[in-house]
Amino acid sequence: MREMGRRSEHAEHPFKAMPSDEGCGGACLSTLSWAALWGKPTVLVLRTGQRDVITAACPVALDLGLRPGMVVAHARALVADLDVKDAEPDADSALLDRLALHAARHWTPTASVSGENGLWLDLTGTTHLFGGERRFCRRLLAFLKRLGFTARIAIAGTPGAAHALARFGDSDVVLLEAGQEAQAMADLPLAALRLEPEALASAARFGLERIADLYPMPRAPLARRLGLKTVERLDQARGLVAEPIMPVVATEAPIVTRHLLEPIGTPESITQVISDLVDDLVVMLLERGIGARMVLLTAVRVDGEPQRLEVGASRATRDARHLKRMFGLRLAQLEPGLGIETMHLAVPYHEPLGAEAIGALLETSRKGHDLAPLVDQMTARAGEAALFRLSSHESDVPERATTRITPLKTPTGWPSWKRPVRLLRRPELLTNVVALMPDHPPRRFTWRRQDYRVVAGDGPERIHGEWWRTGREKWATRDYFRVEAEGGQRFWLFRRGDGVDADTGDLSWHMHGLFG
Amino acid sequence: MPLPSPLSASLAANPVAKLREALAQTHGISSCSLPFGIGLMDKRLATGGVDGAGLHEFAAASSSLNDDAAATLFLAGIAARFAANTGQTVCWAMTTFDLYAPGLEQVGLGPEKLLYAQGRKDVDVLAIAEDALRDGSLACVIAEVKTADMTATRRLQLAASDGQTPLLLYRRHRARERCPLSSPSSAMTRWRIGCMPSERLPWPGVGRAHWQVELVRQRNGDPFSLELEACDAKGRLALPAASGDRAAAPRRTDARNSAISRAA
Repeated sequence: MREMGRRSEHAEHPFKAMPSDEGCGGACLSTLSWAALWGKPTVLVLRTGQRDVITAACPVALDLGLRPGMVVAHARALVADLDVKDAEPDADSALLDRLALHAARHWTPTASVSGENGLWLDLTGTTHLFGGERRFCRRLLAFLKRLGFTARIAIAGTPGAAHALARFGDSDVVLLEAGQEAQAMADLPLAALRLEPEALASAARFGLERIADLYPMPRAPLARRLGLKTVERLDQARGLVAEPIMPVVATEAPIVTRHLLEPIGTPESITQVISDLVDDLVVMLLERGIGARMVLLTAVRVDGEPQRLEVGASRATRDARHLKRMFGLRLAQLEPGLGIETMHLAVPYHEPLGAEAIGALLETSRKGHDLAPLVDQMTARAGEAALFRLSSHESDVPERATTRITPLKTPTGWPSWKRPVRLLRRPELLTNVVALMPDHPPRRFTWRRQDYRVVAGDGPERIHGEWWRTGREKWATRDYFRVEAEGGQRFWLFRRGDGVDADTGDLSWHMHGLFG
Repeated sequence: MPLPSPLSASLAANPVAKLREALAQTHGISSCSLPFGIGLMDKRLATGGVDGAGLHEFAAASSSLNDDAAATLFLAGIAARFAANTGQTVCWAMTTFDLYAPGLEQVGLGPEKLLYAQGRKDVDVLAIAEDALRDGSLACVIAEVKTADMTATRRLQLAASDGQTPLLLYRRHRARERCPLSSPSSAMTRWRIGCMPSERLPWPGVGRAHWQVELVRQRNGDPFSLELEACDAKGRLALPAASGDRAAAPRRTDARNSAISRAA
């Protein structure tokens, strides 16, 4: 019961947290402004065990007394129009990883993720590039604000102190001189030290609340009571023990470069350099166990103008011969001008590619079965959209039954109803049709100004419209017939409507396809 | 006095056969040809079937769309049998796409065996076909063009023999009266396909289609013309049954006689 009134107790009674009427001033104003700004209170929840627990709350929700760690049912009872959304810890950590990578590429070589919601940047010797520490902090805050984040920054001599001050300090930007860590952290709660939950609980039992409470204590009993880790954290924060940052390492796109002694301009020499570059690149790809999906050649001319040539692969590849041939096809697009000085070959898009069993050695046939090189080559010549396969699409309406897929996917077939080999782009209206209704093929008809007399016919094959697409197709029906005319011509034609119900169609006849 | 060389000596024995043999060696004609399975046809073809490393031209007998469909099915059937032999893919290059894939599947050319390539112009189609031929990983290449001159067909023929892949070149009609096969070409065989009336069935249905298959020209052989039954589900052609073995066509007088006898 003693612990109830402690300062470190974060879950307060909700009715106490309501702003009181007298002497409200700033608190009142801020509540109003937050409510006006944010509208509905929003919380993120995560299912732990049998219940949903709030992991984060928006400022409005915080003002209404909702705290992380509360059960959602409780929060809903307190606030009627609460917006509850699922937390996505994986997406959060992925975003934080991306931020860390961005930091490593733009601000400092040593950056890493700290905890669930922070970044560590080792700014030693880098802030002068951005105009000093204070300006760097301002720029960083503005950058994060553009991304939609509110951030707090602390710059201190040790990672532990920076961690503590950024989370528990009194302002958004804290700049600490070296050697003042112990003093600056004295008033912060123990949670700022990244202690284990058990250590925090036992510290609370001993009545230790602030970091300053730990300074005068003898180290051996402290280690025995709160664990050796606590002492280590304390020393790390004060700078007595070093704490290295494990930096994130950005995977770099493979790139090879050739600087040429003299500018080159003939196709033969360019081909030679490209082939050397490709050989270098293949070794690099092999070491990393990846294959290129896209290879970008940059040729820098004497006048500084870069010429770019891009080659895509339909499947990850590191086949030197194939890549050389692909570049050979595109070589005409390169304008050497007065000569090319430098050539780079980079792989902006790659995929893992392990070892593969060689089928060709076991195969008795002389031909290979791998279509990917051919597909790449033809794509380079005719364009991406020119190459396709047709696969079935689940629709009975003939013109909707096929769909285009990319060449290396596996298509599916169609049901074996009799279908023509060529289909007219649009069904064409037949005139002068003589037919016995409702289910006989026509006796004669005129198509493209030519009369045909039908000698045999199969059908009807009834195909209903797809009512889920448009209202017009709700009752629409087509009756398809396969007929043979007197001269041996075989047609696929249909009648709109079933011949009984007027809603199903206007009984007009149309030509749709041709059988051989 | 010069001794007679061995060549001239063998020439004396059977001149034509020996010359053909020598020609075949120099031209590198491969033995991998695909027979039709119809003795009457294979016997008359110089290579005993469709040569597996050559250029073959096809055209419709007239500019009507029916003959066009028949010619399309004829070469689709050949391609299907090439694909079934080797288990590989067929590439179909064209400029305007009006094929209906379910219909092609019904002569054995399923979607998993068929790769389409669409070019903007005939030149693109010919270039795609040449690439596909030289790659050598396809069972067969089909190209639909309206114009292909002697140079282009010569190139394609060389590419086909290099890649050991057959090319079925479909020449579509440009004008109504002018047959596309009238222009010179270096194809191994040139075919012209037209529709014929199918055999009447005893019931009012459409029977198996019949085609007029005409071999207009072939290297080292004579032209011929045959009436054949259309491709079945595996792309195989057949000879129509001899008239003596056919099922009797329904005759109105028979029906009337039987009705009278039943009534009597």
